[in-house]
Amino acid sequence: MTRRTPPPAAPRRRLTAVDWMLFLLVAAALGYVVWRVNAVLVYNWEWHRVLRFVVRIDAETGQWVANLLLQGLFTTIRLAFWGTILAAIIGLIMGYWRTCDSLALRIISRTYVELIRNIPPLIFIFIFYFFIASQAFPALGLNNINTSSPWVDNAFFRFAFGDPRLFSNFLTGLICLALFEAAYITEIVRAGIQSIKKGQWEAGRAIGLSRFNLLRDIIFPQAVRKILPPLAGQFITLIKDSAIISLISVQELTFLATEVAASTTKVFETWILVGAMYFVLCYFFAFVFARLEIRAGRSHHR
Amino acid sequence: MTETSDRPLVEISGLCKWYNDFSALYDINMNVARGEKVVICGPSGSGKSTLIRCINQLEEHQKGTLFVDGKEVRPGMKGIEQIRRDVGMVFQSFNLFPHMTVLDNLVLGPVRNRGMSRTKARELAMGYLEKVRIAEQAAKYPPQLSGGQQQRVAIARALCMQPKIMLFDEPTSALDPEMIAGVLDVMESLARDGMTMIVVTHEMGFARRVADRVVFMDEGEIVEVATPEEFFTTPKTDRAAQFLSQLLAH
Repeated sequence: MTRRTPPPAAPRRRLTAVDWMLFLLVAAALGYVVWRVNAVLVYNWEWHRVLRFVVRIDAETGQWVANLLLQGLFTTIRLAFWGTILAAIIGLIMGYWRTCDSLALRIISRTYVELIRNIPPLIFIFIFYFFIASQAFPALGLNNINTSSPWVDNAFFRFAFGDPRLFSNFLTGLICLALFEAAYITEIVRAGIQSIKKGQWEAGRAIGLSRFNLLRDIIFPQAVRKILPPLAGQFITLIKDSAIISLISVQELTFLATEVAASTTKVFETWILVGAMYFVLCYFFAFVFARLEIRAGRSHHR
Repeated sequence: MTETSDRPLVEISGLCKWYNDFSALYDINMNVARGEKVVICGPSGSGKSTLIRCINQLEEHQKGTLFVDGKEVRPGMKGIEQIRRDVGMVFQSFNLFPHMTVLDNLVLGPVRNRGMSRTKARELAMGYLEKVRIAEQAAKYPPQLSGGQQQRVAIARALCMQPKIMLFDEPTSALDPEMIAGVLDVMESLARDGMTMIVVTHEMGFARRVADRVVFMDEGEIVEVATPEEFFTTPKTDRAAQFLSQLLAH
């Protein structure tokens, strides 16, 4: 053997006969369950009755329009989009405060995190909804916004926030969700900032950077790269947790699905369909974050 | 010129620092003239690093006074950034910014602190990268470079602020032996250009060739100040003699 001998071939990742056997077993088990359920339940599958609630033909114009379930999905996407932005902002600020020298800022952020993390989400949402939103929003005049003002009654507003008449309701749910998720993001951000070595702070200070520039140019860019995976997980959790908001009558996917399931009595079809909708939405976000991660990693090493 | 140019660049008097109850620095008195090169040595934990880190306030002193270029430096002061732009620092572990290219590492300080335009800062940075003989690596990221190369970039980054004094905190201690010479060469050429330098190091060859004075510290105090020749051949104190014998033993 000489140095020039090619290295042994790396084992290829291929499915072996054993793997296929395993797949078959799992498929057989699932098939058995479905067969048993069918035999016992004698359930009459009527997908078309539920699918009508995804899209319908408008009687007047004769065109396809979004029906309840698709409208609900849109509201959930709106909640996810604005919720992610709002939670990221709150989480970034609070996470930074957690690492500050100022004792007051640390007490405030720590209290916020502990308060929210140690109350069940459901209870937090009820407290927020009944005691804060129902008191604070009227005081701020957010309860009855002028739906005919040009600020509100335009295509962009409808696209971004949905029906103006439901805006205060949407806003309650949004703030609630963002506040709740931001507590977890706060902890992720804190861990990210603390993972940056002391030498990076010192080097930044030594070349005379202000605290703001130090955070913007040195600390946050490195911290964000490190926390991207847990952050992505938290944003996907946010989408899934948005279902809880249905309890305060925000007309998102789960809320409307409950109504569809009740009125059609087609419980299985409704929830399987809604589950599939959530899956597609969350998997899409997971995919986007995975791409982001690859891009962020590219500039770092190599 | 104004009267400040007659004053020493760094004036330290009665400086004290404690970590909780531990006295890290005690009654330090030391001046460094313009263009002077001072080497600080001493056993680990003797306060060498703490002392030079007080000069740009990476550590805050609790007693005594400190002037840099005639301006008083106080703990927690506003506008410490204006002092720091005149005080370059090189760390033992380089501390380059790993998410930026070598060139961007150099450009950041002048752009943010001195309000220089990016184009002008790039020109300046390339000049210093050539000076430390690493210009061809400008577009790379720090983790792609060897330790010696990284330390030379770190020196260039500090120089890019066009400081009046350079502080070196054990710049060669984290380097592989074959990388040390390149870094010391750069430091020596900097010394020849007339830069004021305070260097914490155990490189005795460097100290002999470059230093105007050697300051020996132990247990947070300055024990002995001498020319390199005197210090290395005939140390006046027992503690210095003992330290030197340990240094030579290995």
